[in-house]
Amino acid sequence: MSDILNQLHTAVVAGETDPARELAEQALRASIAPLTAIDEALNPAMEIVGGKYETGEYFIPDLVMAAEAMKAAMQVFEPALMARQEERQVLGTVVIGTVEGDIHEIGKSLVATMLSAAGFQVHDLGVDVPASRFVEQVRETGANVVGLSALLTTTMLGQEAVVEALQEAGLRDQVKVVIGGAPAGPEWAETIGADGYAENANEAVGVVKQLLGI
Amino acid sequence: MEDFLSRLKNGPVIVADGAMGTMLQAAGLPLGTSPEGWLLENPDPVVGVHRAYVEAGSELILTCTFGGTRTRLERAGLHDRVAEVNRQAAEIARQAAGEQAYVGGDIGPLGEFLKPLGKIAYEEAVDIFAEQAGALVQAGVDVLYIETMSDLNEARAAVEGAQRVANGIPVTITLSFDSHGRTNMGVKPEQAVETLLPLGVSAIGANCGATLEMTHDAIARMHETAPEAILIAKPNAGKPHLVERQVIYDATPADMAERAREFVALGARIVGGCCGSTSEHIQAIAQAIGVKQT
Repeated sequence: MSDILNQLHTAVVAGETDPARELAEQALRASIAPLTAIDEALNPAMEIVGGKYETGEYFIPDLVMAAEAMKAAMQVFEPALMARQEERQVLGTVVIGTVEGDIHEIGKSLVATMLSAAGFQVHDLGVDVPASRFVEQVRETGANVVGLSALLTTTMLGQEAVVEALQEAGLRDQVKVVIGGAPAGPEWAETIGADGYAENANEAVGVVKQLLGI
Repeated sequence: MEDFLSRLKNGPVIVADGAMGTMLQAAGLPLGTSPEGWLLENPDPVVGVHRAYVEAGSELILTCTFGGTRTRLERAGLHDRVAEVNRQAAEIARQAAGEQAYVGGDIGPLGEFLKPLGKIAYEEAVDIFAEQAGALVQAGVDVLYIETMSDLNEARAAVEGAQRVANGIPVTITLSFDSHGRTNMGVKPEQAVETLLPLGVSAIGANCGATLEMTHDAIARMHETAPEAILIAKPNAGKPHLVERQVIYDATPADMAERAREFVALGARIVGGCCGSTSEHIQAIAQAIGVKQT
């Protein structure tokens, strides 16, 4: 790997936005193909960041800063990709939100950020999202993944309501449903007929990839 | 009643309350309604929860204002009623406490990141916390009780905002340690103590938390870092798990009482419960370490 890509990789792992942007520009000036830079520097950097989070070396601020650095680099690469009529491989389309009655934002947004950094197209519906909105968005976007966050023991039932609404709309087989949130767990996922549970934003990326066979 | 600060300094240990939200849901709080908004129209169930804790032996009950900052109330469309919501909650708590318990004005996190991760500037955060704290102080709370903090900067802003309007009332703070022994934002118990104690908080500690062990470890490390510090322990009743579609926390009242003794041995002068704890847990804690034996 070129020196520039090595440095770009390092900048993303360290969550350094300005250097990441500048190094992405340098990479283009050095005629490095944007897809090569994404595959060799950005994607592996985010995997390292995720690993550091799992082991307790990194915490939420480190995740967010790394994702920001990645985004800054991507903003440089995207016009270059378009000019070359290339596209970053989209791993899947995710509709994500915090279920009705629950206004907790941070965890859901982190999952959205990490999925987006990993190469998914993410439609974040925000918080307090009724089941019908999830259904509409899945239909409109043709999503193949639905992420449902709930932080309260009571609003967890809202996760089940979305699974049921998807079923009724005939969309259940089109999507993998992944749930998360403090009181949720793998047993709850099983109880309500979701496909998976993720403990945190990094795990969410792994669970979604696994469910899609990526 | 004795002045709260002198009681805190001279003892005996103060037993605090347990969970509020889950108890309110059991009392009829509709799904998805903010407790802070609900209590404006439905004070009685909130009084009922406070009373249950006082009768179980709590000598410190916290106002139902965890989400009482402007940023949190905004989501319930109540951002222009910060003063009213907080005042009403404090009056309800005072009414339930009578002469049997102190009232802590509860202040929770903003629910959004501060800069550089989010949009809220430090100074803005200070103002938001001061606005809530001011209403609680005016309503006559005995202590401004900041809890469940994860971000050290936000914690500092909360302390600064509370102190700006405290008017002599003590300010205390607890953080939630739930990620590899640190807060989810990576704050170590030692760091929390080193940063926040010098600001002049009257007590510092840990609440919520991933497990009882993690909260215990955080308290132990705080005690080691500052042996003179007055500590607070208000952990969850263990870990949540699912029993017949209900989330149950696995620590029994006896488990919590046993932990309470350990917390006191580590310098805790306020001990209570957080998520999943009920008046039974608090009663067991009060019997183990409290003044008021029920």
